[in-house]
Amino acid sequence: MPKTMYDKIWEGHVVEQRSDNVALLYIDRHLVHEVTSPQAFEGLRVSGRTIRRPDSIIAVPDHNVPTKDRHKPNPDPMSTAQLAALEANAKEFDLDYIPMDDVRQGIVHVVGPELGFTQPGVTLVCGDSHTSTHGAFGALAFGIGTSEVEHVLATQTLVLKKSKNMRVTVTGELPVGCSAKDVALAIIGRIGTAGGTGHVIEYAGPVIEALSMEGRMTLCNMSIEAGARAGLVAPDEKTFEYLKGRPYAPKAGQWDAAVSYWASLRSDEGAKFDREVLIDGSEIVPLVTWGTSPEDVAPVTGTIPLVESFKDRAKQEGVVKALEYMGLAEGTPITDIKVDRVFVGSCTNSRIEDLREAAAVIKGRKVAGHIIEAMIVPGSGLVKEQAEAEGLDKIFTEAGFEWREPGCSMCLAMNPDKAGPGEHVASTSNRNFVSRQGPGARTHLVSPAMAAAAAIAGHFVDVRDF
Amino acid sequence: MEKFTKISSIATPFPRVNVDTDIIIPAKHLKSIKRTGFGQFAFESVRFDADGNRIEGNVFDGERYKGAQILIAGDNFGCGSSREHAPWAIADMGYRCIIAPTFADIFAGNCVKNGILTVELPQDAVDALVLAAEGGQVINVDLEEQVVVCGNARYEFDYNSEQKEMLMQGLDEIGQTLTAKAAISNFEARQQRMTPWLYR
Repeated sequence: MPKTMYDKIWEGHVVEQRSDNVALLYIDRHLVHEVTSPQAFEGLRVSGRTIRRPDSIIAVPDHNVPTKDRHKPNPDPMSTAQLAALEANAKEFDLDYIPMDDVRQGIVHVVGPELGFTQPGVTLVCGDSHTSTHGAFGALAFGIGTSEVEHVLATQTLVLKKSKNMRVTVTGELPVGCSAKDVALAIIGRIGTAGGTGHVIEYAGPVIEALSMEGRMTLCNMSIEAGARAGLVAPDEKTFEYLKGRPYAPKAGQWDAAVSYWASLRSDEGAKFDREVLIDGSEIVPLVTWGTSPEDVAPVTGTIPLVESFKDRAKQEGVVKALEYMGLAEGTPITDIKVDRVFVGSCTNSRIEDLREAAAVIKGRKVAGHIIEAMIVPGSGLVKEQAEAEGLDKIFTEAGFEWREPGCSMCLAMNPDKAGPGEHVASTSNRNFVSRQGPGARTHLVSPAMAAAAAIAGHFVDVRDF
Repeated sequence: MEKFTKISSIATPFPRVNVDTDIIIPAKHLKSIKRTGFGQFAFESVRFDADGNRIEGNVFDGERYKGAQILIAGDNFGCGSSREHAPWAIADMGYRCIIAPTFADIFAGNCVKNGILTVELPQDAVDALVLAAEGGQVINVDLEEQVVVCGNARYEFDYNSEQKEMLMQGLDEIGQTLTAKAAISNFEARQQRMTPWLYR
């Protein structure tokens, strides 16, 4: 029977079948950061357990780390304690640990791929929902809770229920001015934030094939915003090319065997998907979120929808609450929304291609006078190095942007980077939830090009006219 | 882990849709390295205004729903971040069961690990339970029978059999899995032959 890529990776990792759709699944790769791991390590100590395969783990701090003044003491004692706990645990359990002052340090979901740790066909977990990012390589990658982190550390497995198969096919050709972020938002706008619940989404079609690895990571990153624990893209020549020579990638003697295994992973012709979604990529336009759920998207050329346009009563109530929080009225043109702050960064959009995309818009221009702060936060020290080698940092700072050190930064405001109450933020991150970027902050999710254009114009603007 | 068999309690109605784990527990409160003490920060934006003053009449504070062990929630409850701090916070508030039309996958999985039962019921049943909760009625949840009973209404629910056993017996899942150590070793030996580059 023809199989999907998800079926193949799943079946290749079953240690024990428990019942019809529940299995003990083997986990190949584990990324660990400071926020969701301390209680797991403590659990191991309390039960006198050890880590089964330290060689399957990379530990790196990202959520809490300050993105400037790193040489100064961290002003937050609780962050300091959490960062210290990660370092101490990595040492005690003998893990590959990347400290804050290492050039490889960055956001886990940027670091894993960059080091070649993320590979096609592996099962990869992390105590972070955006682990779905790594599906861009054809890895079965998903976020887990802290109890599961402990379970993986101790047993190298998880007890899991198999998800259903869903395929999102994006046809045609993506218009100029649109990027992977717009594709992700278009999909979430179509199927909703619960549209992928219980499913693994495979992204397919010419638009996906044409995306770079960075673009595929952006797309898979936001699978969780569509409710799917994992996203997948079939590995191809671009994937192999990206991985070749990276530190954790297979070495010369094993490379050919690895590639032929990776090439066998794609979904078979005629494989059955439980749900299929078809999107015409040629019709995608730059999108902006106006509410407090990533499904609240509107084209930059459009308006905030009318409350009565939503059929469901509960959703109508949600929209009223969201607009109240956002300080916006239904029917308002998107380009009338003024922006107070701009953030280019996060595990969604902080890779070299994202920074190039922003720089192309920013070059030779200035940040609008009323913008409180516009910052660009590279996803890792290696991305930062590359951007500086290309002179992108100069383009940013000359325009009035701040150029920071790598970390999760203002995506989730658990470090010094925050937005103030009532401020509208043009953000390349993944969640526009209430108070996500700081208490009372109003987040609008956009692509790097759209965030850059908003910084220059001072309000949302169609980057295609820019 | 505390066992879950059945509970009988008043319930807190909070039927908002798409409640994400940032609403349940904001990221700034995730810096503790312990599993306890998160309840005081739970649903912060619902309970406190921007100046930190308690919002009068919020469902989580005050006498009305005090002691409730059941939370009646809206569709897609627990979406967003995988933070297990969300169920830790909910458990810390005293809840043992959440009833909603649907739950986000990671959140629901995290609840089981912490002895919290998540019950999915159709929207109209949840609507009826919200009214019952607002009226102060006692709701009975029986995991063994897989049924929610409230007054004359009776709602059966589906539940995964493995997770049911785990909850009902309060099992240590890691301990259970370690009994399969030989199978895990066999898997590794086979995998190392086929894909040696995954081993260092």
